[in-house]
Amino acid sequence: MKPSAPFAADLAPDEIIIESGRADAHYWRDLWRYHELLWFLALRDIKVRYKQAVLGAGWAVIQPAMTTVLLTFVFGKLAKMPAGNAPYPMLVLAGLLPWQLFSNAFNGAGSSLISNAQLISKVYFPRMVAPLSALAVALLDMAIVLALAAPVALAYGVVPTWRLFLLPLFIVGCLVVALGAGLWITALTVKYRDFRFITPFLLQIGLFVTPVGYRIDNIPSWRGLLALNPLTGVVDGFRWCLLAGDTVLVPLELVASGGIGALLLWSGIWYFRKTERRFADVI
Amino acid sequence: MPEPAITIQDIGKRYVIGRASHPSTFRDALVGKFRGMRSALGRLSGRDPGAADGSTEDFWALSNVSFDVQKGEVVGLIGRNGAGKSTLLKILSRITEPTTGRIKVRGRVASLLEVGTGFHPELTGRENLFLNGAILGMSRAEIRRKFDEIVAFAEVEKFLDTQVKFYSSGMYVRLAFAIAAHLEPEILIVDEVLAVGDINFQRKCLGKMRNVSTQEGRTVLFVSHNMAAVNQLCGRAVWLEHGRVRGDGLTREVCANYLSSGAVDQGEMNWPEGVAERGVDDFKFLSIRATDLQGRASAAFGVAEDFIIELRFRVLQPLALARIGFLVTTTDGTVIFDAYDSDEPDAWGKREVGAHLLRCRVPGALMQPGNYLVYANADVPNLRGLFRAEAGITLTLDGAHADYGTGPVRREGLILPKLQWTHEMP
Repeated sequence: MKPSAPFAADLAPDEIIIESGRADAHYWRDLWRYHELLWFLALRDIKVRYKQAVLGAGWAVIQPAMTTVLLTFVFGKLAKMPAGNAPYPMLVLAGLLPWQLFSNAFNGAGSSLISNAQLISKVYFPRMVAPLSALAVALLDMAIVLALAAPVALAYGVVPTWRLFLLPLFIVGCLVVALGAGLWITALTVKYRDFRFITPFLLQIGLFVTPVGYRIDNIPSWRGLLALNPLTGVVDGFRWCLLAGDTVLVPLELVASGGIGALLLWSGIWYFRKTERRFADVI
Repeated sequence: MPEPAITIQDIGKRYVIGRASHPSTFRDALVGKFRGMRSALGRLSGRDPGAADGSTEDFWALSNVSFDVQKGEVVGLIGRNGAGKSTLLKILSRITEPTTGRIKVRGRVASLLEVGTGFHPELTGRENLFLNGAILGMSRAEIRRKFDEIVAFAEVEKFLDTQVKFYSSGMYVRLAFAIAAHLEPEILIVDEVLAVGDINFQRKCLGKMRNVSTQEGRTVLFVSHNMAAVNQLCGRAVWLEHGRVRGDGLTREVCANYLSSGAVDQGEMNWPEGVAERGVDDFKFLSIRATDLQGRASAAFGVAEDFIIELRFRVLQPLALARIGFLVTTTDGTVIFDAYDSDEPDAWGKREVGAHLLRCRVPGALMQPGNYLVYANADVPNLRGLFRAEAGITLTLDGAHADYGTGPVRREGLILPKLQWTHEMP
């Protein structure tokens, strides 16, 4: 990241009107001005998380590794679901990457304002910086796993193709869904602390209604319904990019996922902006 | 006249207090909805009148507050606790929204409602410096440029790569304030933050802040209970009471009115739970009050009368080499003297666990008639602060009935001691 000019320079006519119910005219510009804070908060969360853990950043890898083994066992060995031409663990891992990205971002965003309550009540910054920094942390975690999974995948004989270059597209898709859902949960958690208890449930359910441990084409009767889950398209996309296997992308499903994801993000931003002005009063 | 830096027009802030106000759980919200429905039904059928407005109550923390702050002006905001000072600062800092009115702010604002906001104990001094700077709105380049200066100001060079959780409370506060003091906003909003740190560092901060306003022409809005600091820093003061502006004008005059209005805690201050500096766990200060020689609490004495300053505190772990005492200042902040129990040889040593009561007899015929503030103060000299009062009790020394020094000509000087004279005609 390039160091930016001091704030004063890019804001010559620096006038602010403070008024009840005033939609901030410079909302997005303001958010951009605070992008360094976003980065510092993410950095803080990463450093602090591993500072007192003996295994340190190892946890970023152990968690998905264990989940991969578990899901491979349950779906691949017990339920004997077909894996197509990719090894079952790789199938699971490719699905787990976006799922972990989503669930970490969602979880982190949900608690981001509560855990920064001190800041919210004492300092002004665009409130969206907090959930966004949770997103950055999740992204970094995924990058670590992705990097470490590469040699394992090669060992399983999974060789990347040109499709790998389309992966960022699906990462962005995953972030859109995560941010949309994250903004909802963030705003709701500030208002109703109940959502701290609801979040784990939602994630547990999500793990099963998202085709992480199985392939969606194995359960055709549910396929239409599952396609309404915007993560379905993302997971399929990840598999399509990472495993040179026989994952088939269905355009209609992608459009559905994209559309629902965009709707989620749009409504999330709307609800967040509607409620954020009162955060300091209720937090 | 140029446009003011801050224009505040008819600002009001309403908080709703009571159960149905901010449902903190989903259940409350559902129950609230249900109640609303039921009472609506009740109203329809003519039963249960008044159930709708049941348990809520409006509280106006601020109402009709209007004033301008000119560029380069340093304005002190005074008033007792709950007068709305902090709410006003929060609105100005865009942390919360006003309910009514509007504010126009011209210039980059930095607000400092607390020292060390966002400091994380697990991070090192260096890491916290960057984080806190970013939180306060500095860019990374700006922090890097001022890094050495900040570190030198805070006097923490050696501990930069130590986790902040190992810092003493003094170091913590010094680092935190140093960052804040190096902000370069056009408008600086400061709340009570000078009440921390040891006395030398406080002076340094006051000096730095004075430079900010006088030499660099910045606008400062400053809240404090510390009349001395307000008097030293601010040319103008705005006095808030019950969310309204009660006085606005020259600091000296507004402060005098404020102090004589009875709005300030006179003669006595209590902290039933005990207070101490951050991180101090072996000492709690309990109360300070002034009494006459018979032990009756009072806030006014004749200028020639002796009076007693009574200090109560609790020691939680044996405490060595501490001194407990008080500072006496004029209302414009000039320190007249300070006094500590360490002047008594037997107090100097180990203090036992338990509650303590100190009485100090202050001789009459020593100070000028007028209003004074007495601040409790306790520390382990050169090591750490134990407690430093943000606000002082007010004392009035009345010259009317004294038998000396009160002739038609006001005598000069900070003190007015009654001295011994002998006279001979050799």
